[in-house]
Amino acid sequence: MIRFNATIALGAFQLDAAFESDAGVVALFGRSGAGKSVTIALIAGLLRPDRGVIAVDGRVLVDTEKNIFVPKHMRRIGVVYQDARLFPHLTVRQNLMFGRWFAGKAEQEVDFGAVVETLGIGHLLSRRPGRLSGGERQRVAIGRALLSSPRLLLMDEPLAALDDARKREVLSLIERLRDAFKVPIVYVSHAVDEVARLASRVVVLDGGRVVAIGPADEVFGPSKVHAGEDRFGRSSVLTGRIAGMHRRYGLTEIEHPSGAIWLAGPAGAVGREVHIVIRATDVTLAITRPQDISVRTILAGTVGGIETDNGPLAAVTVNLKGHGHLVAMTTRMAVDELALTRGTPVFALIKTVALDERSMAPSGEGAGGAHDNGERG
Amino acid sequence: MDAAVFELSSEEWTAVRLSLQIALTATAFSLPIGLLAGYALARWRFPGKVLLDGIIHLPLVLPPVVTGYILLVLLGRHGVLGAFLADHLGIVFSFRWTGAALACGVMGFPLMVRPIRLSIEAIDRRLEDAAGTLGASGPWIFVLVTLPLAVPGLLVGSILCFAKALGEFGATITFVSNIPGETQTISAAIYTYTQVPGGDANAWRLTAVAIIIALGALVASEIVQRKASRRLAQFE
Repeated sequence: MIRFNATIALGAFQLDAAFESDAGVVALFGRSGAGKSVTIALIAGLLRPDRGVIAVDGRVLVDTEKNIFVPKHMRRIGVVYQDARLFPHLTVRQNLMFGRWFAGKAEQEVDFGAVVETLGIGHLLSRRPGRLSGGERQRVAIGRALLSSPRLLLMDEPLAALDDARKREVLSLIERLRDAFKVPIVYVSHAVDEVARLASRVVVLDGGRVVAIGPADEVFGPSKVHAGEDRFGRSSVLTGRIAGMHRRYGLTEIEHPSGAIWLAGPAGAVGREVHIVIRATDVTLAITRPQDISVRTILAGTVGGIETDNGPLAAVTVNLKGHGHLVAMTTRMAVDELALTRGTPVFALIKTVALDERSMAPSGEGAGGAHDNGERG
Repeated sequence: MDAAVFELSSEEWTAVRLSLQIALTATAFSLPIGLLAGYALARWRFPGKVLLDGIIHLPLVLPPVVTGYILLVLLGRHGVLGAFLADHLGIVFSFRWTGAALACGVMGFPLMVRPIRLSIEAIDRRLEDAAGTLGASGPWIFVLVTLPLAVPGLLVGSILCFAKALGEFGATITFVSNIPGETQTISAAIYTYTQVPGGDANAWRLTAVAIIIALGALVASEIVQRKASRRLAQFE
C-alpha cells in the first residue's frame, strides 16, 4: 500500500527513512523533531525529497531517479492537520465539498451523507469554521479529507490540540472511519495509547531515521522505545483477545497466555483482538503468586531486564508467558530485596481500576490514575 | 434663505460627475494591476524587487506636480510614449478626462498596493497547501482561497485609491490642465472659483459635495469591511 524511501535535508535536520506497509493503519511514532511531519509532507507532496521513491497503492508519486514528481493536487492524498486548517471564508458544507468538487464525479466513492452522519456534523453544515469548537473543527477536517476520496489519508497528530474528552470522541470516530470507509491511514502521533489503539503497524522515527518497525506490542516492548520522557509516561502494550464480559460486575475478561486481564467496563465484541496500554507505574511485581489480594490481573513471566541509574527507581521488564512484555516501575530497594535478576520468575500485578476502556483510548489522566492506586514500587 | 443657494449649477454638476467618473475609472483600472503588484511584492522573490517597491511608492513622496510633469513628458501628445500611443493605437491622454483618470490612478496606486500586499502576506499559506492536497491546482487555489482571503485588503486599497483620486489636484492639473467639462474635477473647480470674484458660494457648494462623497465612501468602506472581517473571523 505504501512504500517510502526518501532522504531530505532541511537546514540542520536530515531525514533518511525507509519503510513499507500493507496495514490499514500505519502509525508514525516518535517525539517532536523525529521527522514525522516531514515524512507526511513528503508523502503529501508539500516537500520534494533530495533522493528517493514514494509509492502509494502501487502508484509512484515520487522517484528522483526517474524524475517523477506528482504535484500535490494530483496525488489524491487527504491530509488532516493538527490545527484543522479549515477555510475560514467558507461554510462547513463548502469546506466539505471543496475536495469533493476537485475529485470529479467518477472519483466520488465516499458518500457525503454517510460521512456527515458518521462524524455527527450535520447540524454544523451552514456554520463557518470560526464558530466551531476544537473537536467540531477536527471532525469537519477529517470529513473534508475523506470526502476528497483519497487513496490514502494522512493524519498529522489530529488529536494533539484537543482536550481529553474530545480526544476520546474523535479517536473512536477515526476508528469507525477506519472500519467503515476502508481508506488506508498513515497516523502520526507521539501518544502510545492512540497508536496502540489505531494502528496495526508502527514505524518509530528518531532523529530522522527509522529505529523500529512492527506491530504495536512488539515495538513498545522492553526498552526499545521509551514511550514517554518520565516514569509516568512509560507504558507497555499487550495484545489480547476479548474472552467475555462479566455483566454482573461490569468487567471484561481479556485472554492472554500469561493470565487473564480484567478491564473495568465494556471493551467490545467477544473474540476481538485488542491492544491494552499498561502504564509502568500501574504494575506491581511479586515473586510468588499472591493469595488473598484484591488485584484481579496477575500475569506470569520472567524478568527480562532491569534498568537502573543512581536514582531511587528501577524499570523492570517482564517477558510474559506466551508473548508480550511489560515494564514495571519499581524502586531499586525492591529489586535488591526481592533479588530480582534476569530470568527470575515473577508475577506482574495490575489493578483492574487502572485498566478501563481508556486503556485502549487516549488518556491524559495517566499520572493521576497512578497516584490513586499507590502501588508505585 | 434662498433654496437656490443649495442647488448646483450645471457647471458644478459636471465637475461632480467628472470627479466621480475619473475616480471610479482610476480605481477600477488600478485594482487588477494593484493586485498583481501586491501579490508580487508579498510572494515573489525576484531581482529588482526593492526597485519596483520604490517606483510604486514614488508618487507618494514626490511633489504631485512633478509626477504630473513626468506624465506630461512621457504621455503628452508629443511625449515619447504619448506620440506612439496616439499614432499607432489612437489612444490620447493629454487634455482628456482619461488622462485625468491616469494621473489619479498613478497617484492612488501606492495607497492601493500597500493594503493588498499586507493582506496577502497575512494569509496562512498552509491553507493554500491544504487546498492543494484537496486537489486544487495553483490557479484554483488563487481564486478559491487566496483571493477571497485578500478581500479586506482589496477593499481598503480600493477605498484609499478612490479617495486619493477624488482629491487629486497637482498631478492632474499639470498633466491635463483644468478644462471645464473635460478635466475639471471638484478640486480643480473649487480652485477656479476661489480665483474669481464672487465665486465663494460655488466653492462652498462643491466643498459640501466633496465632504458628502468622502464621508459616504468612508462609511461604505467601514460597513463592507466589517462584513468581510466578520465572515473571515479567524479561529480564536
